[in-house]
Amino acid sequence: MSARPPVRLTLGPLLYHWPAQRRRDFYLRVADEAPVDVVYVGEVVCSKRESVFAPWRDSVIERLQAAGKEVVLSTLALVTTAREVEAIEEELARGLLIEANDVACLKVLAGRPHVVGPYINVFNEGARDFVLARGALRIVLPVEMPARSIGTVAAGGAAGFEVQVFGRQPLSIAMRCYHARAHNRTKDHCQLVCGLDPDGMTASTVDGADVLTINGTQTLTHGHGVLLGEAAALVEAGVTHLRLSPQDLDMVAVARLYREMLDGRRDLPSAIEALRALTGPVPFVNGFVHGREGLAWVPPA
Amino acid sequence: MSPRYLELVCPAGTPAALRAAVDAGADTVYCGFRDCTNARNYPGLNFDPDELREGIGYAHERGRHVLVAINTFPRAGDQGPWQRAVDEAAAAGADAVILADLGVLDYATRRHPGLRRHLSVQASAANAPSIAFYREHFGIRRVVLPRVLSIAEVAALVEETGVETEVFAFGSVGPMSEGRCFLSSYLTGLSPTSEGACAPASHVAYVERNGEVLSRLGTTTLNRFAPGEPAAYPTPCKGRYVTLGRASYLFEEPVGLNALGFLPELKAAGVTALKIEGRQRSRAYVSQVVGTFRAALDALARGEPPPAAALTGETEGGRETAGAYRRGWR
Repeated sequence: MSARPPVRLTLGPLLYHWPAQRRRDFYLRVADEAPVDVVYVGEVVCSKRESVFAPWRDSVIERLQAAGKEVVLSTLALVTTAREVEAIEEELARGLLIEANDVACLKVLAGRPHVVGPYINVFNEGARDFVLARGALRIVLPVEMPARSIGTVAAGGAAGFEVQVFGRQPLSIAMRCYHARAHNRTKDHCQLVCGLDPDGMTASTVDGADVLTINGTQTLTHGHGVLLGEAAALVEAGVTHLRLSPQDLDMVAVARLYREMLDGRRDLPSAIEALRALTGPVPFVNGFVHGREGLAWVPPA
Repeated sequence: MSPRYLELVCPAGTPAALRAAVDAGADTVYCGFRDCTNARNYPGLNFDPDELREGIGYAHERGRHVLVAINTFPRAGDQGPWQRAVDEAAAAGADAVILADLGVLDYATRRHPGLRRHLSVQASAANAPSIAFYREHFGIRRVVLPRVLSIAEVAALVEETGVETEVFAFGSVGPMSEGRCFLSSYLTGLSPTSEGACAPASHVAYVERNGEVLSRLGTTTLNRFAPGEPAAYPTPCKGRYVTLGRASYLFEEPVGLNALGFLPELKAAGVTALKIEGRQRSRAYVSQVVGTFRAALDALARGEPPPAAALTGETEGGRETAGAYRRGWR
């Protein structure tokens, strides 16, 4: 077996709308305590939320960098206004590494180094080679990809490949805000009602099964995507970075137990048990990576 | 392509539907191959290469155009079918291919530089820099715009990008950013993005319980209907979900899109072409919808008001909306 650099743990962008103070405290604790190598900051879901955290952002980024974290700035997944395009241009001027989540960013980046985020479809070698030839250093693969496809794509190129291994999996992004709609408001007059739900709003079926999580214009799985049992094989297949997506629970503890398991200091049954204790009643899902319906849970063999 | 008032782009799920669309006045017909390379990969639909060649012949003899949709995203390790589809569309004399995947766009640009390329709605290009990016790298001549844009936003994109635009005029209202929606694969394990079928019929069931009908996709109940209430097809974004203790059509009502009343506004916005959806619909649907839009466009071209026409019987769920073209949709 060839020597590989140790797999990097990353903390994906916070997808929910948390109050600014809370968001700041979260990142300061991550800086001090979480064994993650990379931290993505930035607003992915809705540009109306951005101004809330803006006063705190630079100091948070500095603290994360001072703690030795690579900081990457994630962009919106669906860019629609000229103002949102300008914001990407301004971010670029600041010199941070950008995670491009809309093809618009690739135009603005014009070949400069960047990370391709999970909201840009790179499902195959052709798309991979195209983005790598235009400045992508790392590709965060879409959550829908099965392990076999991940292996095929991650086998090629000197780039990094990242897969989300913890947290609710993003399923769709829309122009329409479902949080506002559920509260009988329009998107223009939403009053950031998504902030009421720091872990998203559960959507259930009419016969009582919890199935989706609503986060403004974004829809996620109800269960937490948990690829603990699959992580070692993904790394063996060429995945270089494993992403933990922030949820409203002790993410430092989540990062520690993933790190311990990856380093061989904790076995899989113990890691799963510890994770269950942290996540409470929310189920685990991992169907996509097994080529099944995403809401399925395939227990570790 | 030389559009009249607005170019009328019409669906053909079968060779018979292609001829029906041409006969009813389509300027352009779009279709796909009988496999996972197009986003309407349903049983009994679509074309083999010979049928495509014959269909293109029928259209070209009458001065019409044929576009071939190759607009899903290839699975890793299996790009062959998508590349062959591009080759076959070119060989059959297609007037353009409609593509979404970066790799397939790159392939078509390098192998068939003379073949006109349109950007599929599955690429979800909703802003000027994205469209500019696709034009710069793949020379796309036309973009099919997401159906979530207002007419003012469409006009701004036309102005800013200089690329031909095609907008949805009749069909379904899709609230999600297309080509990036994993709801159906979350419930069924089959991916619309790579297998080309959202809410495949193989996974649909209607179950009767206590006098009500439950519609299911996979193991998930997407709606409940009272006795006598028509049971809509269980598409994940048209289901009824419970939030805050209340059941509602959280994403979108089960209604159809009909922009027939907005044709002068779309023309004024600088739109090039109108897209009618429905490759999975009957030949009769194609004839009626295409004929209605043809009559309206011809009247507008003569400076006359379009004839009063009702297409409500053909819309999804029998009800219609102007979608994002009317104010307040969001």
